[in-house]
Amino acid sequence: MPTRTYLEAIRQGIWEEMERDPSVFLLGEDIGAYGGAFKVTEGMLEKFGADRVIDTPISESAIVGAAVGAALMGMRPVVEMQFMDFIACGFDQIVNMAAKIHYRWGPAVPLVIRGPSGAGVHGGPYHSQSNEMWFVHTPGLKVVAPATAYDAKGLIKASIRDDNPVIFYEHKFLYRRIKDEVPDDDYLVPLGKAAVRREGSDIAVITYGAMVWTALDAAKELEKEGISLEVVDLRTLVPYDEDAVLQSVRKCNKVILLHEDTRTGGMAGELAALIAERAFDDLDGPIVRVTAPDTPVPFSPPLEEYFLPNAQKVAEAARRLAAY
Amino acid sequence: MRRTEEPDPATLERMLYYLKLTRESEYRIERVLYRQGKIVGGVYVGRGQEAIGVGSAIQLTEGDVALPSHRDFSSFVIRGVPLGQIFANWMARGTGPTRGRENTLHIGDLKLGLIPIISPLGDTLPVACGVALTFKQRRRTNVALVHFGEGTTSRGDVHEAMNLAAVMKLAVVFICNNNAYAYSTPTERQYAVRDLSVRGAAYGMPGVTIDGNDVLAVYSAVGKAIALGRAGGGPSFIECKTFRMTGHSAHDAAEYVPKKLLEQEARKDPILRLEKVMLERQLLTREGIAEMERRIHKEIDEAVAYAEAQPMPEGATAVGGVYCGPDCWWKS
Repeated sequence: MPTRTYLEAIRQGIWEEMERDPSVFLLGEDIGAYGGAFKVTEGMLEKFGADRVIDTPISESAIVGAAVGAALMGMRPVVEMQFMDFIACGFDQIVNMAAKIHYRWGPAVPLVIRGPSGAGVHGGPYHSQSNEMWFVHTPGLKVVAPATAYDAKGLIKASIRDDNPVIFYEHKFLYRRIKDEVPDDDYLVPLGKAAVRREGSDIAVITYGAMVWTALDAAKELEKEGISLEVVDLRTLVPYDEDAVLQSVRKCNKVILLHEDTRTGGMAGELAALIAERAFDDLDGPIVRVTAPDTPVPFSPPLEEYFLPNAQKVAEAARRLAAY
Repeated sequence: MRRTEEPDPATLERMLYYLKLTRESEYRIERVLYRQGKIVGGVYVGRGQEAIGVGSAIQLTEGDVALPSHRDFSSFVIRGVPLGQIFANWMARGTGPTRGRENTLHIGDLKLGLIPIISPLGDTLPVACGVALTFKQRRRTNVALVHFGEGTTSRGDVHEAMNLAAVMKLAVVFICNNNAYAYSTPTERQYAVRDLSVRGAAYGMPGVTIDGNDVLAVYSAVGKAIALGRAGGGPSFIECKTFRMTGHSAHDAAEYVPKKLLEQEARKDPILRLEKVMLERQLLTREGIAEMERRIHKEIDEAVAYAEAQPMPEGATAVGGVYCGPDCWWKS
């Protein structure tokens, strides 16, 4: 079975969907001749032609709006945001146009907005954000965040086939740093299902994206100290796998909610409320959050390091919780 | 005086019918049903601006798509939405076109080639570009007609859409209803040019300013733009100057509009002007016009009665249909 990087897996997933379904096409800045800022779409213009791989002006709002128009006409557009930080430039079209059409007057809006998000590459405040919660909070959108190369391919394919607007968060730190066995065949990973990355018994760590790897690193450390972490990768934030979250909490009786996103209004708050509502009696300790602080993402390496959660911070939180 | 792209007598009569149907329907909505409490929420009509919707939408054919504004009641009727359904939507019925989820003219129907606005105005311009993009990808000669006001042109989406349509040569007809006021904001506080049509050249597309109360001028200008789009010549911008003959909405008394200005503009009424042309050309008699008005009145009575007889939606239906699944209601 071939080994592919997270980025190659995404490229392959998009490629396969483009081959399979002529209504799938791509819009974005520098995605055609240049192959994309991160080269995700490399080779696609040559293979699929200029009607289906469209280099646009710098107009995030118009690009998203045009994708909505095309989706209403029966196409399945995949929009690239060069960095997910710039999704804010198309915010109105996403939350007011794309998200609400089906509810309001009926038709499906099958489109995917995908791009690199996340920090750890010295990108500074506008090339490092995790802004998924803007869209988690908007009914009508689905939000996906794969952590492995295998999932990245399966989830991009499933997202493209989904009849709803899907915001697809790729983590730029993972693009070339992780590899996986990625089958060449046409497989899907379903939206809305979490995956247990590591079985454990003392503390459940619920997380997503690059932090899945941070949690796994912490788990390796803590194993030596006799603390067993279970790591649950949400994979999809809307709809998220409530049953998987509750199952792990009931199994371990203690939980750490981990994300790279900033603290207030982050996914951990939503999960904490769910757990308190539905698994209160199963808790043997307080719900713990490990997140970035409520600041923009700073540039200078020591600042960014302080900002980001890492394996040591997760391990420290786990030791305190284990001792409770 | 004969212009190019002149409508034939049958089309002229249809246009007069739509103008009058629109005027009378919107009167019923804004000044009767709303005041009776039978319509709730915001009420926006296009009183005095009817020629813009009529003269443009009447030229659309199978496969074309209209993206009308809230001031283009006629576009919905012309494209084929039953009048009773339009009233049912206004009256929040559960069996109306949006099942009670949307108000005013936020009505859409892809089979009829109709995409509604959202309240953040200007957002439909990029959507129109996407529609026209699919025409290009499919090698179709269809066009997308998108309507918006002069106030809306101050929004960024308008800039992005016009630029995108021009650089990608998309068959979009941008129709600007310049009715002189954006809520309480007059044009001199909205933009710094005299005619918005100068923006056409700024993006690389034809731009014209016309008398928006002359339905024949609208017909002609839009006809040219549609022909250009169908021929692969890309987008056009048409500024239709008119006047908003009522408040921004039903609850706006619009005292900021000088009375003298309103009186002046009333003399340019689009319906009176078309009637005059048709009477002069002996295409209609006064009795024929009266008969048309009786017919329209009856039609509206029936449509209102139909709408009033529709049930309100069940409260619990509010939470369904947020996502489209394999069995979502739209697919049936």
